[in-house]
Amino acid sequence: MEMRAVISRNMLHIALLGELDHHCASGIRDKIDTLLCDPSIKKLVFDLKDVTFMDSSGIGVILARAAAMKRRKGGRTVIVNAQGQIERVLRLSGVYTLVEREDEESEARGCSMRMM
Amino acid sequence: MQYADDVTITFASLSKNELLARSFAAAYAAQFDPTVRELEDIKTAISEAVTNVVVHAYPDRIGQVELHFSSQGDVLTMEVTDRGVGISDIQAAREPMFTTKPEQERSGLGFTVMEAFMDELCISSVSNEGTTVTMRKRIDQKRSMDMA
Repeated sequence: MEMRAVISRNMLHIALLGELDHHCASGIRDKIDTLLCDPSIKKLVFDLKDVTFMDSSGIGVILARAAAMKRRKGGRTVIVNAQGQIERVLRLSGVYTLVEREDEESEARGCSMRMM
Repeated sequence: MQYADDVTITFASLSKNELLARSFAAAYAAQFDPTVRELEDIKTAISEAVTNVVVHAYPDRIGQVELHFSSQGDVLTMEVTDRGVGISDIQAAREPMFTTKPEQERSGLGFTVMEAFMDELCISSVSNEGTTVTMRKRIDQKRSMDMA
């Protein structure tokens, strides 16, 4: 699994690529936690557009980070672009009680429609 | 009894083999012409079952994981067997969010996911002898016949 991270102002945007299972969960967890050492980060975004598989090990990674963000003043976690199997696992887990859901692509499409 | 189309594979309880297990399950299921969603369900459930073996059945050593795939009519059966420590309280283990390893960020959702994505889930376990998780999934053959 690959991970691309961008920090912009107070936001950490994590784009994951590939299959998120138990085997790669600890590596991803450690990389994100290193970046989250920056206390100025208030918004954590998980972009799951290019995740091709995820099981409950991925839920563990997201939930623990979301709980840590919630302990920060003004901290929040957002999931964007989750679809298919990934979205079904997320919904089953109840992760959306702690994490917000946004759809970046549909918002982008909406903007371009308005521009036309 | 072993039928002609049964398949058994055995591998070490290494986390890298979780991907191998998913790939085998998908390859076995593919011959029954499943939908994309059915295939995703099968991969997810087998991934959870094999992860449980890697994390819980052999906590301090590498052991053997045995996967057995079989079918009867339109029902696919997957059995995941280990010779590990066993599950002391199966009822508790099936409860959503129950985990004995919160420090490893285990979400305690493995059996919940298996139950949700499969049609049937049976767990048999003997302390210090091992565990067998049996999962059944009906593949929608009617749809395949309609498409033909």
